[in-house]
Amino acid sequence: MRHGYQGIPRWIYVLAAAGAVFVLLPLAAVVAKVNWPQFLPLVTSESSLTALGLSLRTAAASTALCIVLGVPLALVLARGQFRGQRLLRSFVLLPLVLPPVVGGIALLYTFGRQGLLGRSLELAGIQIAFSTTAVVLAQTFVALPFLVVSLEGALRSAGSRYEAVAATLGARPTTVLRRVTLPLVLPGLASGAVLSFARSLGEFGATLTFAGSLQGVTRTLPLEIYLQRETDADAAVALSLLLVAVAVAVVGLSYRGPGAAAARGSGAAPRTPRAGSAEPALEPVAR
Amino acid sequence: MKLPRRLTALIAAATVSIVLAACAGAPGSGAGAASGTGGSTSGAGEAKPTGTLTVFAAASLKATFTKLAAEFEAANPGTKVALSFAGSSDLVTQISQGAPADVIASADTKNMAKLADAGLLDGPARNFATNVLAIAVPPANPASIASFADLARPGVRVVVCAGQVPCGAAAAAVEKSTGVTLKPVSEESSVTDVLGKVTSGEADAGLVYVTDVKTAGDKVKGIPFAEAGQAVNTYPIATVGASKNKDLAAAFVALVTGAAGKKVLGDAGFGTK
Repeated sequence: MRHGYQGIPRWIYVLAAAGAVFVLLPLAAVVAKVNWPQFLPLVTSESSLTALGLSLRTAAASTALCIVLGVPLALVLARGQFRGQRLLRSFVLLPLVLPPVVGGIALLYTFGRQGLLGRSLELAGIQIAFSTTAVVLAQTFVALPFLVVSLEGALRSAGSRYEAVAATLGARPTTVLRRVTLPLVLPGLASGAVLSFARSLGEFGATLTFAGSLQGVTRTLPLEIYLQRETDADAAVALSLLLVAVAVAVVGLSYRGPGAAAARGSGAAPRTPRAGSAEPALEPVAR
Repeated sequence: MKLPRRLTALIAAATVSIVLAACAGAPGSGAGAASGTGGSTSGAGEAKPTGTLTVFAAASLKATFTKLAAEFEAANPGTKVALSFAGSSDLVTQISQGAPADVIASADTKNMAKLADAGLLDGPARNFATNVLAIAVPPANPASIASFADLARPGVRVVVCAGQVPCGAAAAAVEKSTGVTLKPVSEESSVTDVLGKVTSGEADAGLVYVTDVKTAGDKVKGIPFAEAGQAVNTYPIATVGASKNKDLAAAFVALVTGAAGKKVLGDAGFGTK
């Protein structure tokens, strides 16, 4: 009773505990299944390290691409006013609910050899299928909504009061964006980027469908796990744990570092819309 | 505050175990009910077993086993065949973890041997079909592939199975015996993924089974090659030891290994002897 009235009935804690166990128990099962004496040799084998390296590199590239494409999208969705805005938001968020395999098929018919753009790219001498580029595209496709959602939430709860002041003081829109808006939502942007990175790291279905699987080129860690599972369950479990560890490190980093500020100030939980904010603070995911 | 909190944790743990027990119980009770009907008939002394039979079969058997299951149900009124298709190693893993299967049909002897070694089979497995590799190319054959050696030409985008799965092991065996080394653009985890890359036109050629070429119809062109005989995949079938409906399982195995099975499998391109 440190904070007075907590407002949470006790039985909620029971269900919350059940929820936590539901998530943690399978992870504990993986840890229990690990063949510890063989763990290091398994995760440091050449194919494992190649897959891990490829995963980290492609996830970093995808995150960069998500920032380049996602920041403008979030700005347009949060601050712009135009017809079809709701529709655009729905479509941008679609990969969140789409099975990744479907995303892979869609990408295949876009960038594939016979695809919408792929045919022209092929003529220009650019081959995307079976390349690392295909992996990055697949990861960006599934990870982009995470960045857009986080940043749009941050933008909405930050309000546009400071921007309005800056504009009345004579700042041009680009200056306002650079000097006021972006610094204001930086924590939200950071946590969005971390989420995108984590989602990219775990991408499997779209990559398998669209990019193929070749060591060092397209076989990321999840694909390596999927393949190892065929013959060497120990290796698959060890690599799974490695991926879990990397994911926990990434998420942990975001919530301890800039993400914590984001959760307080904006993005994750817009509790109280600031006075003067024209828009009610909505949680876009919930809609 | 101490005691209630501990109590809360206790309740939480109890809830979780109840939920988990309920979840674990669902499939098991289903199987139990099914085998119950089977058992009651044998108790009544009827000749023909009835009930639900769960058959785990390799993905490449999907078309043929779906057909054979329908024949089996028609020939044995009161029976129902539940089919589960997946990669052979997945099926073996599932059965090792206690999945309620009555019959297992694998796409290679290696995976079946894992179950036999673990003592999870009822009697020895019986080989009922063989399958060999074939080259699948898009209908237009853009890379003009005519032989296995053509696959190694520079610039040909060929997709194969990874060495860890049976079709990849077969491909490696053919490579070894012919001395032709392939440089695939992708090593897929399943033969259906290889076929998908060919039907979508992403790959110039893929190494799949002759039966896959037949199933794909006119979406791919099949190019058989003599060296495929160097790596023949054998399909074994067996009754699972934990089956509660062994009579019915044996009847299904008899159908697959008998004349009706040979007919359906042979039509699909499998070798049956």
